[in-house]
This record gives sequence, structure tokens and C-alpha cells, in this order.
Amino acid sequence: MVLELADVRKSFGAVQALRSGSLRVEAGSIHALIGENGAGKSTLVKIVAGVHRRDGGTFRFRGDDVDFGSTADSKGSGIAVIYQEPTLFPDLSVTENVFMGRMPLGAGRRVDRAAMHTEVEGLFQRLGVHIDPRRPARGLSIADQQIIEIAKAISLDAALLVMDEPTAALSGVEVDRLFAVARSLRDEGRALVFISHRFDEVFDLCDTVTVMRDGAYIGTHQIAETTVPALVAEMVGREVADLFPKTEAAIGDVVLSVEGLTSAGVFRDVSFDVRAGEIVALAGLVGAGRSEIARAVFGIDRYDRGTVRLDGANVRPGRPTVAIRAGMAFVPEDRRQQGLVVDSSVAHNVAGVIRTRLSRLGLISTAAENKAVRPWASRLEVKTNALDMPATTMSGGNQQKVVIAKWLATEPRLLIIDEPTRGIDVGTKSEVHRLLSELAGQGLAVLMISSELPEVLGMADRVLVVCEGRITAELDRSEATPETVMAAATGTTPDRIHLEHDTEMVQEVTA
Amino acid sequence: MSTPTIDRAVDERTYASYARPLLWRLVATREFAVFALLAIVYVYARGSIVGFDGPLTIYFLFLESAPIMLLALPMTLIIITGEIDLSVASTMALTGAMLGIAYTKWDLPFLAAVGVAIVVGLLCGLVNGFLVAYLKLPSLAVTVGTLALFRGLAEGFLGTESISGFPERWTDLLKDRIGGDSSYPLFVIPLAVLAIAFGVLLHFTTFGRGVYEIGLNDEAARFTGVDIARTKLILFMLAGGVAALAGIYQSLYTVARGDSAVNLELQVIAAVLLGGVSIFGGRGSLPGVLAGVLLIAVINSAMRLDGVRGEVTEIVIGCLLVASVIAPTLLTWISGLVPGRVPRPAAPPSVGTTPEPPASGGSSLKS
Repeated sequence: MVLELADVRKSFGAVQALRSGSLRVEAGSIHALIGENGAGKSTLVKIVAGVHRRDGGTFRFRGDDVDFGSTADSKGSGIAVIYQEPTLFPDLSVTENVFMGRMPLGAGRRVDRAAMHTEVEGLFQRLGVHIDPRRPARGLSIADQQIIEIAKAISLDAALLVMDEPTAALSGVEVDRLFAVARSLRDEGRALVFISHRFDEVFDLCDTVTVMRDGAYIGTHQIAETTVPALVAEMVGREVADLFPKTEAAIGDVVLSVEGLTSAGVFRDVSFDVRAGEIVALAGLVGAGRSEIARAVFGIDRYDRGTVRLDGANVRPGRPTVAIRAGMAFVPEDRRQQGLVVDSSVAHNVAGVIRTRLSRLGLISTAAENKAVRPWASRLEVKTNALDMPATTMSGGNQQKVVIAKWLATEPRLLIIDEPTRGIDVGTKSEVHRLLSELAGQGLAVLMISSELPEVLGMADRVLVVCEGRITAELDRSEATPETVMAAATGTTPDRIHLEHDTEMVQEVTA
Repeated sequence: MSTPTIDRAVDERTYASYARPLLWRLVATREFAVFALLAIVYVYARGSIVGFDGPLTIYFLFLESAPIMLLALPMTLIIITGEIDLSVASTMALTGAMLGIAYTKWDLPFLAAVGVAIVVGLLCGLVNGFLVAYLKLPSLAVTVGTLALFRGLAEGFLGTESISGFPERWTDLLKDRIGGDSSYPLFVIPLAVLAIAFGVLLHFTTFGRGVYEIGLNDEAARFTGVDIARTKLILFMLAGGVAALAGIYQSLYTVARGDSAVNLELQVIAAVLLGGVSIFGGRGSLPGVLAGVLLIAVINSAMRLDGVRGEVTEIVIGCLLVASVIAPTLLTWISGLVPGRVPRPAAPPSVGTTPEPPASGGSSLKS
């Protein structure tokens, strides 16, 4: 057993990212680690890599109890972690990158370049790749950069290689080459941990698989003895219906009307309506342009052509203040960076948009802010000791409640909500869903963007599927199934998608 | 746009306004430390330094440091947004020069010349503000450039000449005292009014809330509907306008010269930082800055009266500034040490060979 993690725990402030993480990897095997986003995979890997220190639990590497205080400790013990986006020094040569921090010295303590180049050439030959060791790292493809990271790992004689979603940015040929390299490393007796959201790759490459969910270990299986549906069930762990308390709402007049919205190279000819009481989901793959459409509608980004109307009146582009005044609210994707001023207090955050209305003769007082904030905090059951606590101290779910409270306080006509439940705990997730449903029931128009297919299918009255910047399908609640949504999202027809491929897509989207 | 559709909440949960009692909120701040230091230095100086309690000390203390006090007001807001304005002292010299030229060369009435100076100050601020807010250039680079530009213009217009001879009515008014013979110059009154105005702007208006949000996280501020460019433009123009007031003051108090107030911007920034404003933006308060400005002024005055050489005073103030910058980092570090943030595994794990993954993982299945 090369790596043994048992019952590892890790908290960040109030957020428990890892409740009970376990992973056992044998030498000479490739081990898949899967789970939804927020399942704790990354935290576990970061503990192995020495980025974070665990709060508790067992961590053994090659039979010894270890506790890495830094990435250097972990590297020194023989662990190499390869991230989705390799971190090379772009202006240094390939060779210098491989030997970064431990260059061999020749006579007179000069760096022995010749020896370095020879060794790197040998490494590349073994890996079967053709990269000039003397060229600078800048301009190499992501795939080549990963190969360099792997070469670095081998030259360090790492016993354990962890690859965090290495195939996310690779083409088919590059994936094949990476897998060939991975297999040859396994055959040398090294252990590999492979994190992926693509089931076909997991089944193609790996020997064993460990599933995590909500920060805890769920199970480990031999690949030969498990199936995709069984793994999905473990990853999701609950019936989809429980999570989505969608109620029927009376659909009213058109609130938001978007026509021919085009932004060169981002999205084109986007037209849709959202009615009062309706939840419309923008579905599609990551990078299809969904968030960009929402940002343009709200005036964060400018667009080239098209119109946005709210309650029939044109909304001037490029100015969030105008959109807010017209009655739009926007809960953005990146809560900590865009949704909240995390270092600011709960009260200041919630009162952030409505404070003009709260001021008398241009003056605003903390008392007035607190008075206006209290009902909304209470309505959303925000958990905090006091209103002057900074939002940094809160959990992700609580922060999301603060963002939603801030926008509901504006009493909007339209709520645009991008990834409503990303990175928040299961309990709060269903609270947010119930809230969205209630709000729609009260006549709010909701435009929801979500990468979680179950959320889209569970919550939306209508699904607009975006593929490469265009709306490729408009599906009613009755028509929307994983198959139809994924077909439109990938630009194929539903019957061409066979089950296995489909599940893979679903999981990719869930990620 | 009020919508009848969203239910307002029923008050189920109650929220305290503050997590800590009032006294603690007042005392455990950087501002309090500056005020305390100011009080200690002042009391010590009055007790031990001969002549510090004389009637002229406070009078000259205010007259001498009035430009710094003025410039520190808009500078506080600018630094809280995370920007900086290095050109304020040059603007001050340029507006002083324009006042002199407009009054003596163009023969404008004095108040019209004052108007010219203020307009020039606002224009200087407009240039800075436009480049920073709308062209999104870094303020450090922009204002280093305009620092040289405005100074060059001032020296170009006046050469080595110095203009005096402003109406005595105004120069005398400047040197008058409140009530005729108190130790406070009359000038303190407009200064206090301006300080209160800036304090209210920063702490009790929506504009001020936006200033803090821009400094803490400008992206989130934009998503919340804060007009970042407009806010920054207004701040730089305020800085220009106040620099013009300082320039006018300086011309009346001494003379109008192209090379007046050289390097004054550094003293202003030092005072602002000493007063508890974070150079990274987002933190600080106006009362703290006023205490910082006064602290520097009192130390200067006390050490001069004590016969300490000017360089030594500069060293002392420099050390104080460095200490004030280090202090919060040091405090964070110390408070990080206390609760033992890096817990080690308590007991050596039992070395069993049970290969089964832990049972605790299974318990999470229930939810």
C-alpha cells in the first residue's frame, strides 16, 4: 500500500471541506477518485500534496505516518501532483523547468546544462514524446506541459503521481498519449491517482475507483466489478426529486425579453423571454456562453447587437446601475469575488444595493441599514452572531444566502441567478431551491444558470440550452430529459447518444 | 419599482447589531492606538518640554501643518479605494502659482484669482481622475507623471520668481485667532468644517460605502451597482480642489512659488497611513487620519522646541510609520499563534492492518 488516508478531516473556518476522507492506493495501480464538485476530492489531494495540513485522521505514505507541512516536504518524500493547469515558468527552458530547484552542478559550481539536457532527452524518449528540451516552456500545449510535469515527477522518482483532471483540456490524441504514459508508469510499479469527471476514461484507464460525496468517503470498488449507474448513485447519493421542491406557479406576463443579443465571438442571436412566475434555466456545457449572456443582460459586459427589455422598456446596455433600477437582480457565479464584499459586514453587504433608498438627505446610518437588513436576513435564515460580522467568517451556503438577501431586498422583477448552489452544503442547497420555487410562486421571474443537470431538470419550467454561444433548444418541463438537454448542449440529436456516452456527459456537466 | 410579489419577512430570528460591546469596539482599533499615542505625546510634551505650553505653540502648529491636514482629507478616501495621488503637492504649487499670476499679472480681483486657482486644481484632478478611472491606468504611474508635469508647469510659469503682496485683508485674516487671542488660528474653523464634511462623506453616505467596497473588492462593487469610474473621478477632483485650497493657503501664509511644498505628498501619505488607513485599500477612518496628522505635527513641534535637529525628527517619524505598518501584520501573526491553528494528530494512530476503509465513511450514507 503506497498511500493510506483514513478518516482525514479538514475545516476552513466554519466550512468543513473534508469530514472523513479515505483513500488507499496500491503500488502498480491506477486509482480513480470521483465525486461531485464539493465532494472534497481537491481538499484531499491538497493534503496529500502538502498544500493543506489535515485537522485529524491517519495519513500514511509508504508505510510511514507523515504530516507534510509544505509542498516541498511532499515532493521530497516522492509524491508528485499534476494539476489541471500546469504551473511552469514560461520563460525558462523545458529542461530548466524539469530541474527547477535542484539543478545538477558541474565543475566550479556551475549549472551542468549538458547533463540536464541529456537526462531530459532520455526521459522524453522513455515517455515517447518529441519536445525539444532547449525550447522555452512558453507556447507549449497544455498536453505537452503536462508531459513536462510528468517528466519532472519521474526524474524525482516519485512513487505516487496524482493527476487532477488532467484530461479536461486535452484532445483525443493527447488523451491517448497521456494514458499510454500513465500505463507505462503503472507497469513500472508506481501508483497513480486519477481524478476525472469522465466515466469512459475512468473505466478505460483505472483499476480501482473511490467515490467521495459531501466531504466523506463513500466506497472503493474494483473497476471490473462496478458499473456507471452504480457509481452515479453513490456520487449523488439521493433521489433527485427530494432536492427539488418545485411547485407549480401561475405564469404571468413577459418580464424579460431578450432579442437578437450578439457579442462577437461570445454569443450570437440570443433571443428569449422570461415570464413572471417562471423559472427559466440556461443549460449547457461550461464555456458555452451562458454566464456571458447573463452578464450582458445585467449590463456587466457590453454587447454588439440586440435589445434587452424589462417589462417592455428598453434597458440601456453596459450599466449594472441601469439594470438594477429597471428591476433586475443578479446573483453571480463567483460568490466570493463577485457576489459579496467578503471583508465587509453582513449588514453592509445586504444593504449594498438598496442603500440609496435607505439614505435620508443623502445620509445613511448603520441603524437604518440594520433595520432594513434584519427582515431579509431572517427570511433567509442567515446564520450569524451579529450584523457587523464580516462575511468572511461564514460558510459558503450562508454567504449565498447573504447574496440572495441582498438582491431580494431590492424587490426585483427579475432574478438572474448563476449557479445558485455551487459549492454549498446539501441542506442549504434544498433551502435555496425551495426559496427559488417560492419566489417564482409569488410572481418573480427567475433566470437560472446551472451546470448541474439535476438542478436544471428539477427546478426549471423551461430549459434553454446554449451550445457554442447559441440557443440550440428550448425545452418545456415535460420535454426536458437528460438526453434531450445533453443532445442540444453538444449539438447532436438525442437518438445518436447512447446511454454510456450520455451518462458521461451528464457527469461532465455536473462537475 | 416596488413589487408586491415578494413577501417581506416575519421577524423570526433576531440579530444583534454588533458582535462586541461598544467600549471594546472603540478601544480595539488602530485609530484608538493613534489617539492614545497622540494624547501621550501631547501630555508628555506639555509637561516636559520647555515652551510647548506657550501660547504660540499650538497656533503655529496649526498654521504650519494646515496644508498636510487639508491634503490628507481627500487622500484618505483615495487610498481607501486602493488608489493613490502623488501629484497633490505639485497641484498645490501650480494652483498657488496660478493664484499669483492671475492676481498680479492679469490684475484680476483677488476672489476671481482664487476662483482661477480652484478651477486649475479641479482640472488637475480631472486629468488624474480621467486617466485612472476611465482609461484604467494605475494611479501610481499616472500621478508620478502628473507630479512632474504639474510641478514643471508651476516652475515654468513662475521661474525662480516668488509672488507676494496679496491683499492684507486676506493674509491678516489667515493669521487671526479665534476670539482675538486664543491659541487657535481662525483658519481652524474652515478646516474643521471641511474635515467634518469629508468624514460625513466617507462614513455616512452611500458614496462613502462605495469607497470602502471599491477598496475591498472592486469586482463585487461593480456587480452591486457601484459606479467605480465616477467615484474615482470625483475623488481625484476633490483632491485637486482641496490641493488648490492648500495652494491658496500656502501663498497667503508665505508666498507663491513654483517650488513650494516639494515632497509634501509623502508627508501627507505618511500621515494617512499612520492614521490607520490600509495602503491596500478598504480600511481606515477619517478620525484616525486626523489623529495621525496631529500626531506628526505635535512630534515635529515638540522636538523642534526641544532643540532636536530636523533629521532626527524625520528619523523618529519614519520609524513610527514603519512600526504602524508592521503593527497589524504583527498582531495578526500573534493572534494566529494563540489558538494553535495547526493541530497535530493527537495520538499515534494504532498500527492495525485492517484493510477495511473506516466505518465513519459509511455513516454519511444515512443523509
